[in-house]
Amino acid sequence: MNAHVSVHEPIHTPVPGPLFTRQFRWLLLVAGVGVAVTIWRFLFGLGAVTNLSNGYPWGIWIAFDVVVGTALGCGGYAVALLVFILNKGEYHPLVRPAVLTSLLGYGLAVLAVTVDLGRYWDLWKVPIFFWQWSHSPQLEVALCVMLYNFVLLAELSPALWEKLEKSPRPRVAAFASKAMRFIHKGGVWIIALGILLPTMHQSSLGTMMLLAGPRLHALWFTPWLPFLFILSCLILGYGIVVCEASFAAKAFGRPRETEMLGRLANVAKWVALFFVAFRIGDVALSGELGLLASPLGAVFLAELAMHLAAAAVLMSATRRADPAWQVRAGILLILAGTGFRLNTYLVAFNPGEHYRYFPAVPELLITLGFVAAELAIYLWAVKTFPILGGRTAAATRRS
Amino acid sequence: MATTTDRRTLLKVLAAGSAAAVTCSSPAAAAREKPAVPPEALGMLYDTTACIGCKACVVSCREANHLEPDTGAEGLWQMPEDLNGRTKNIIKLYHEGDRVSFMKSQCMHCVDPACASACMLHAFHKNPVNGVVEWDPFYCVGCRYCQMACPFNIPKFEFDKAIPKMVKCELCRHRVEGAALTKKDGFTRYPKGHGPACCEVCPRQAVIYGKRDELLLEAKRRIAEEPGKYFEDRVYGEFEGGGTQVLYLSHVPFEKLGLPKLGTEGVPQTAYTIQEGLYKGFIAPVAAYAVLAGVMLRNRRANQRGEGAPAADDSGNQGGRQ
Repeated sequence: MNAHVSVHEPIHTPVPGPLFTRQFRWLLLVAGVGVAVTIWRFLFGLGAVTNLSNGYPWGIWIAFDVVVGTALGCGGYAVALLVFILNKGEYHPLVRPAVLTSLLGYGLAVLAVTVDLGRYWDLWKVPIFFWQWSHSPQLEVALCVMLYNFVLLAELSPALWEKLEKSPRPRVAAFASKAMRFIHKGGVWIIALGILLPTMHQSSLGTMMLLAGPRLHALWFTPWLPFLFILSCLILGYGIVVCEASFAAKAFGRPRETEMLGRLANVAKWVALFFVAFRIGDVALSGELGLLASPLGAVFLAELAMHLAAAAVLMSATRRADPAWQVRAGILLILAGTGFRLNTYLVAFNPGEHYRYFPAVPELLITLGFVAAELAIYLWAVKTFPILGGRTAAATRRS
Repeated sequence: MATTTDRRTLLKVLAAGSAAAVTCSSPAAAAREKPAVPPEALGMLYDTTACIGCKACVVSCREANHLEPDTGAEGLWQMPEDLNGRTKNIIKLYHEGDRVSFMKSQCMHCVDPACASACMLHAFHKNPVNGVVEWDPFYCVGCRYCQMACPFNIPKFEFDKAIPKMVKCELCRHRVEGAALTKKDGFTRYPKGHGPACCEVCPRQAVIYGKRDELLLEAKRRIAEEPGKYFEDRVYGEFEGGGTQVLYLSHVPFEKLGLPKLGTEGVPQTAYTIQEGLYKGFIAPVAAYAVLAGVMLRNRRANQRGEGAPAADDSGNQGGRQ
């Protein structure tokens, strides 16, 4: 079954060319600065590098690196949902790169959590001491994300086996073939888990902020928050897939998936419109429309306006078919989803008037370091493993 | 005739639809059971009209809990500005026009504590007998979700330390060892030196401790004795946020003292109703998993029949890309 993969022309190929380009070195530098600040944080405590306080115990490491980061890692989830459940096989070439970005988003979110945890050395107890488990939505997130990282590894592993199948050492090649067969056989069960787990923990990320109860602004405090978080991770997921595919096509001279991305963006448009309609309906039914005439009401409207802007771009079929407009819409989708999530975790959270929070410079440097590391690992992975679709066109692609 | 039938059918459909929507939309329909006040619940009662702001309780709390001095900006004397990693109990002054009141802040020992609901491994948990909200460092990962959840902003984290702890009032539970509760003058208490240090040292009995039901009776007795003396003639903590074991009597509005307006429901109610509803017995996730796998298996079979080609498995290795 898998034999044809190595015999025929492969669907995915590694990107040729040197890894240590100038951009790559810059990324390593930024990541290195992040590592240095992280060492500082472990030596001298959270207060030494962050503006966190007893009023704002969570800052951008949680709100951005984890809550937005895992949603950016929902590309794999959003595409898998289309391909495998709705049986839209035509999106298939998008799956493997989407799963790679998912693994990076989730893997680094786990690292970010570890940096953020005050008593990180006790983290191993969370999955082990099951008799101590509470019903905390955060526990659900923690366990689910840990497990999902393994699922993503399994989903991505064919890229490794495909490479190893060509190994000159027969035993390695035989093992890789066996592993590939195993993954293919269990495919359905692994991918079903890869759809179930994000549904669970992305909704739980919404449930989590319901515990902030009276300190979360009424426009964001709704029992539908778990559902809204699923919608928003789909919005972010489609946004990142569109941007990633367009970027890869341009940077590595791969065939453009313009038509496919146009159709994907159309799905994203409907999700974004539904999000806005649902959010307004929910607020109206709760009789909270009056709250819109306030500073946070303006923030709420801005959040919805971003979603509408993305949808508006995608309304026209000509723009949907235009690569440049696709990227613009993708960026708008990402900004819209990011806005909703940052608002829920930081802006709409009010611990009292004496408290202020804005991230400190070292705090931002660690987040930047994570983003740089993510991009660097992405470049390494696509240049080492068969992940991107098609072949790189002959070097003269640049016009 | 036909139109009325149609209308009736339509109404029926609408009614059924909205009933279904309500059942699905508010998991609260299958409401979570509200935690009850523990049988031997201990607590405190603070009366703003008796407090003179001497801060003896702040000092004795620091001594009894072996907390480092908080010398603030001056560096000369103890000067905590708020609850923090070195201060579990504080007296603040509320001042507005000619309205003045002192306010004592520490853990409220909620009947349905949000911090404990947030905690993944029950590092924060409620003592099943006396209801004290305790912290067990062994299970704490320092995630600070408890701080996000507490409506009273009580748990404090040592941001200035590489090996930090969560710090909050635990009703001096470390002092009770070797002592037994006895009833005296209507209050169930430990012998001197074993109870909450702040209550034992208070020269005006502005803060007293005992069993919660005794304190509630005492508070209501005081209200009945002088109606109109206390704000709204009621006790804060009897019902707020599902009830607290620390109770307040105040001559100024509670909100002015930083006590938030809370409903009678516990703060964790909404989140826990959803979470426990969705994950009860882990049935829903397992069912969802079965459905997902089932749909995919059916799709795969349909694809195989349709194309006679190998099924789409994990990563697009069926041929035929443009």
